[in-house]
Amino acid sequence: MTTLEKLKNRFGERAWTFSENAKSQNRRIVVPAAQVFAYLEFLKAECGFDYLSDVTCVDYLHYRGAKDRFGLVYCLANTATNERLIVRCFLNEPDLAVPSAVPLWEGANWMEREVYDMFGIVFSGHPDLRRILLPDEFAGFPLRKDYPLRGRGERHNFERITREQS
Amino acid sequence: MASLVEADTSVEQEYRWTLNFGPQHPATHTTLRLVLQIEGERVIEALPDIGYLHSGFEKLGEHLNYNQYVTITDRMNYISPLANNIAWHHAVENLLGIEPPNRCKYIRTILAELSRISDHLLCNGAAALDTGAFTAFLYAFNQREVLYNIFETLCGARFTTSYTRVGGLMYDATPIFIEQVRAFVRGFPKVHSDICRLLNRNRIFVERTKGIGVLSKEAAINRSTSGPIARASGVTRDLRKDEPYSAYGDFDFKVVCSTAGDAYHRYLVRMDEMLESLKIVEQAIENLPSGPVNVPMAERTILPDKTRVWNTIEGLIAHFEVVMTNRGFHAPKEECYAAVEAPNGELGFYLVSDGSDIAYRARCRPPSFIHFALFPELIKGHLVSDIVAVLGSLNIIAAELDR
Repeated sequence: MTTLEKLKNRFGERAWTFSENAKSQNRRIVVPAAQVFAYLEFLKAECGFDYLSDVTCVDYLHYRGAKDRFGLVYCLANTATNERLIVRCFLNEPDLAVPSAVPLWEGANWMEREVYDMFGIVFSGHPDLRRILLPDEFAGFPLRKDYPLRGRGERHNFERITREQS
Repeated sequence: MASLVEADTSVEQEYRWTLNFGPQHPATHTTLRLVLQIEGERVIEALPDIGYLHSGFEKLGEHLNYNQYVTITDRMNYISPLANNIAWHHAVENLLGIEPPNRCKYIRTILAELSRISDHLLCNGAAALDTGAFTAFLYAFNQREVLYNIFETLCGARFTTSYTRVGGLMYDATPIFIEQVRAFVRGFPKVHSDICRLLNRNRIFVERTKGIGVLSKEAAINRSTSGPIARASGVTRDLRKDEPYSAYGDFDFKVVCSTAGDAYHRYLVRMDEMLESLKIVEQAIENLPSGPVNVPMAERTILPDKTRVWNTIEGLIAHFEVVMTNRGFHAPKEECYAAVEAPNGELGFYLVSDGSDIAYRARCRPPSFIHFALFPELIKGHLVSDIVAVLGSLNIIAAELDR
């Protein structure tokens, strides 16, 4: 039974959509954000997708024709059959929370921290959701499309330490 | 041999020390910081602190076009910049649905393998240097110099190569390049066996790396590792075999694996991978197809050859169309993830295109980032002096780690 048939048996036909990119041969399914953990768990346990190669996010703020603000991307792979599948779900403000995938894959830990750091998506249930690349006191999420590209930024807000104080 | 201790959290922990390691330390090689909880000489806990080299490469990807961004990929894993160039344009070509000509694929394969050798030489040489074997490091760097000369012949730059273009390459390979690669293929096995003889049974090196930082196969898959680190733990995943991209389907080579998963076997896997890479290079250079190296001018993804620009009206038009804003090539409104087997592991790019020649989002999946997340697990219970052995075997490149 193929992955798609298994998904159809488990989740029905209406809840998710499948598409394939003819040029890059990328196969992806779009699932409801509330259920993304159930899908990932099912794909890992029943369909053999045991490898999480990437977690990332896209901000569709200025994207023509986009209905939702954020799109989460989980790139899965099957280490036995080398099949790949991309799981997408869409999020909108103010509810930017999805369940963390760390209980399924330890490797999701830092990837989700990076998504939180850059986009402000909250992964509920994550063991250690802190900023990872940027300093803790950083304000804003720089990979969002509405983050200002110029103007007085972070470094101007830092407290100045004089030679006497140091 | 090191043995693991269980962290005892029940007693008062006044005798524990906090040791700061990095961000500027010779053994971190690059800029990363570790905060270690140590009990005597044993590391109880390690907290990595990264981001010192974060320079917003992914944000830059949203403002540079597909040909320009290749200069940024040079600066990611600067130990093997060519592998990053190839990874980037592999992803872009997947997005656009362009198939580069055969000659381009072969040259890219040769370069990817040469940069794999270069990367593994540095990783193993530096790992040996950190554990006290200076000679092997010099042997390795001597060969890296030869490789840099080859890259210089090819594209004029030794370090920041920026060699690939969408659907092609910056320059075609010259006969001098082919001769240099042949000379390297002839000379390298001797150096390789020299390094092997210096290290493989070197008692100090073996004692310091064997049984250190053991990663099981299950953990390797569960923690998304790839490349030599996963293969040293028994995961047989190698994108060159599993999803043959470029010209890898044409060559005969083996995937090197081990089951022990410690720092010593990561070293061995890297050593043997170099010989397999050399086999690929040898096959590719002897069977290098003739023909064009770039996609046809009509695709308008790449600047046409200068003789055509100066001598034909079509060439001039194509040149202007590529250079002018809004007249360059158009990408489909699509998204794609494409990965290659970089020396460190799976180097993937997730590209979102909004129809222009600039990516809407250019996500890089860096292997170093994933592998450094392993470090606290691998070092737990080992000695302070094992930190450099484990770090060396993971081959963390901070520029790729932080991007």
